[in-house]
Amino acid sequence: MSTLDILLQQLANGLILGSFYSLVALGYTMVYGIIMLLNFAHGDIYMVGAFLGLAILTTIGSVLGFGWGGILAAMCCSMIITGLLGVLIQRVAYVPMLSAPRLSILITALAVSMVLYNGAMAITDGEYRAFTVDLGFEGIEMGAVFITYTQVALVLATAVLMVTLYLFVHRTMWGKAMRAIAIDKDACRLMGINVNAVIALTFFVGSALAAAAGVMAGVYYGSIHFFMGFVIGLKAFTSAVIGGIGSIPGAMLGGLVLGLLEAFGTQIPFIGSEWKDVFAFAILILLLVFRPTGILGKTEIERM
Amino acid sequence: MSETVLTLENVETYYGKIHALRGISLSVKQGQIVTLLGANGAGKSTTLRTVSGLVRCAKGRVIFLGKDITRIDPHHIVRRGLIQVPEGRRIFKGMSIQENLELGSFTLKDDAERRRRMARVFDIFPILEQRRNQDASLLSGGEQQMLAMGRGLMTDPKLLLLDEPSMGLAPFLVQEIMRIIRRLNEDGVTILLVEQNAKVALKLADYGYVLETGRIVMESDAASLQQDERIIKAYLGT
Repeated sequence: MSTLDILLQQLANGLILGSFYSLVALGYTMVYGIIMLLNFAHGDIYMVGAFLGLAILTTIGSVLGFGWGGILAAMCCSMIITGLLGVLIQRVAYVPMLSAPRLSILITALAVSMVLYNGAMAITDGEYRAFTVDLGFEGIEMGAVFITYTQVALVLATAVLMVTLYLFVHRTMWGKAMRAIAIDKDACRLMGINVNAVIALTFFVGSALAAAAGVMAGVYYGSIHFFMGFVIGLKAFTSAVIGGIGSIPGAMLGGLVLGLLEAFGTQIPFIGSEWKDVFAFAILILLLVFRPTGILGKTEIERM
Repeated sequence: MSETVLTLENVETYYGKIHALRGISLSVKQGQIVTLLGANGAGKSTTLRTVSGLVRCAKGRVIFLGKDITRIDPHHIVRRGLIQVPEGRRIFKGMSIQENLELGSFTLKDDAERRRRMARVFDIFPILEQRRNQDASLLSGGEQQMLAMGRGLMTDPKLLLLDEPSMGLAPFLVQEIMRIIRRLNEDGVTILLVEQNAKVALKLADYGYVLETGRIVMESDAASLQQDERIIKAYLGT
């Protein structure tokens, strides 16, 4: 492979990895934007979304098949159920803690995370589960570079979800209310906005996006595991910080940047792919030291 | 003209252990401008926050249009037509002027009605129409106050609570805001006006209450308050 081929191949890999990071980072950043909570359970929500997606696909696969139709249906169902799970977690675990000191709710988030991954471990016996799909291996060939249609479809699906989210947040009253709540909750109450309902909606949307990423990761990697949410949770958090935490465009951008950096980082001499996590978190540390407001910066971003 | 819009009966409110309101009773009648005067920390804003439901009172009752709203959530109170324009304007910086106004009509489902109300707000505050697509944070202090009031008007209020609308504004802008408050009142909006600037407030109001450390220490029609020795000494200067 020529250098150009390698770069192109890594560009494709980075875009896919970045898509997953972006989708999960969005939930992080939206929740942080409205209630200043680093929802450490968010990575586990992604894992639950993947398992729910697999369970649904296994159930409906006999009817809809294990191709794109079945996967899309399973993904949508998983998004809705995981979204509702997110709302349930918010109501049960976070709402009672909203007026407590910030550290309390952070610890609550860690507890929720443990409940979710220990629960998933118990149910799955801690084993990998094959995410069996039937998509074939056709793709686009460009010289030595080969990109499967599955990879293209995953990136496109991410783009569709992001555009939809952007339109929702900027064009609908509920979306505008989400942004306004990030700015001033009491002012929102005085406008007749049901703040708790909008917070619940934010959890729904964030969890649903994480579920979509979970199902897509299952399709892409071919197997899922109860611990899969841990590292991506940290990576998504890193992405959100890279983009500027609290900013929706920042999360989208930060995820892609991190995905691409990781992919290209594996090509740096003496830094193999086993170093990619070190590479990612070194970037987080450097960023926190030199530019804690992230790429989009504090002055330019809306808090959502 | 004498129907009572808002009544507070012996309202007591705490902030933590601080006894902020120590038994407030007042009433606002249909079509009136009523003003609530007092120094910093007297409890003026707390009174408005209690009425809007942002803080809960420990004792007493708040009655709006004949219904007890003491225990009702803020967003339901807004739906009944009781709107507060809060102290410090609290506009949504980072969102456009138009979006700020739209959020004022969050409770409304009907887009045609929303456009009609926005046209009315633009009629009252033409500057907002000229700058509708700009970020609200680019507005000057006076314009921000206009946006905050316009946003409140988008809910089509029956009773408008205004908390220190003149705060931090140049004298000619204070006059402009007061002129607009009078116009709104003439259009049929009942107003409860909280002000530190007693001079302009009493010029505008029909009736006034004076608040000191969480209690109402004086009440009268505005004309007599303007003549009262104690008021002149404490709030109007010489």
